[in-house]
Amino acid sequence: MPVSLANSQVIYEALKACDVKIMSALPETWLVHLIRMADDDPEVTLIRVAKEEEAIGISAGAHLAGVSSALLMQNHGFLAAINPIVSLAQLYKIPLLMLISYRGHMGERDPWQTQGGMITEPLLRTLGIPVWHLSNPNDARRRIKGAQTLAHASLSPVAVLLTRELMWEE
Amino acid sequence: MLRVDALEAIYPELKDQIVVTIMGAVAVELFTLGHRHNFFYLEHAMGLASSMGLGIAVAMPRHKVIVIDGDGSLLMNLGTLSTMARYSPGNLVHIVFDNASLLSVGGFPTATATGTDLAGVARACAVPQVTEAHTPDQLKSAVAGALAGGKLTTIVAKVEAIGPKSFHMDLPLLENRFQFKRALEGLKALRQHE
Repeated sequence: MPVSLANSQVIYEALKACDVKIMSALPETWLVHLIRMADDDPEVTLIRVAKEEEAIGISAGAHLAGVSSALLMQNHGFLAAINPIVSLAQLYKIPLLMLISYRGHMGERDPWQTQGGMITEPLLRTLGIPVWHLSNPNDARRRIKGAQTLAHASLSPVAVLLTRELMWEE
Repeated sequence: MLRVDALEAIYPELKDQIVVTIMGAVAVELFTLGHRHNFFYLEHAMGLASSMGLGIAVAMPRHKVIVIDGDGSLLMNLGTLSTMARYSPGNLVHIVFDNASLLSVGGFPTATATGTDLAGVARACAVPQVTEAHTPDQLKSAVAGALAGGKLTTIVAKVEAIGPKSFHMDLPLLENRFQFKRALEGLKALRQHE
């Protein structure tokens, strides 16, 4: 599978450096290594959700309980979670660190991913959610920490888009 | 039974625990019985009170967490039962007040009015302990049992579709949110000193 194991490792280490203790995820090809790493890590509780909306609730609960969390989701999962992002996270000033695999954008061959890919960034902008693109593994530690720092300072959701250049080896 | 009577019966069990409720009638009724800083009322995001409770239960394994859900809310997020059951935190108690109605938004019947059995769904999702309550006393003993038992428990309490006259709560939602987070910090600090 040409999902980059090395870059998944770099992302995972960046999350660990942010003291993330709870990760939620829904299986998605680009996230397989990250999900396995979380599953194998005794210091992290991985919660596999049935739908991404749940993950917003779980992270909100973790934040109110004083524990840092991260959400691993595909961009279509972000689309599925928009209502709770607005009516829980933004309404209640809850920080979210969302790592979103950016399917359906430049280089995408699967037609079914493209519609979601093309509207992901416009929707993030409409919602006022700050975005980092992550394409170079050398930026991972600083950008993921930077996203978490802004999320906590602003008490808002922040997105890190995991691009094809980072996640897919062709 | 009336939900307000049921809440009154379990209030002594609730008052010192971390409680997350859904919006609407149940939030107003619990608030009116006596607001506590360890009570959080989720005023939107229907369906996610149980997911928030799961997040808190996993983050604070030494504390009990009680979610007060409703049939309409749970039907909007049935997947939560499978997720809660999968991780089965023993410190989480999930109460579902089933009035077979979307009472707070016009009283339209929910699918439990036509036979959907939420306790059956919880059992089929592998929630380790599922009980039903038809009287305030039954609910009280079910909640006490769940708090003592240390197993994830879903309690479906059948109630009448009658709510409060007013849905006004004199508590801005952000005040509730910051108050609740402080209360959880305090509970954690207390437990660390034990």
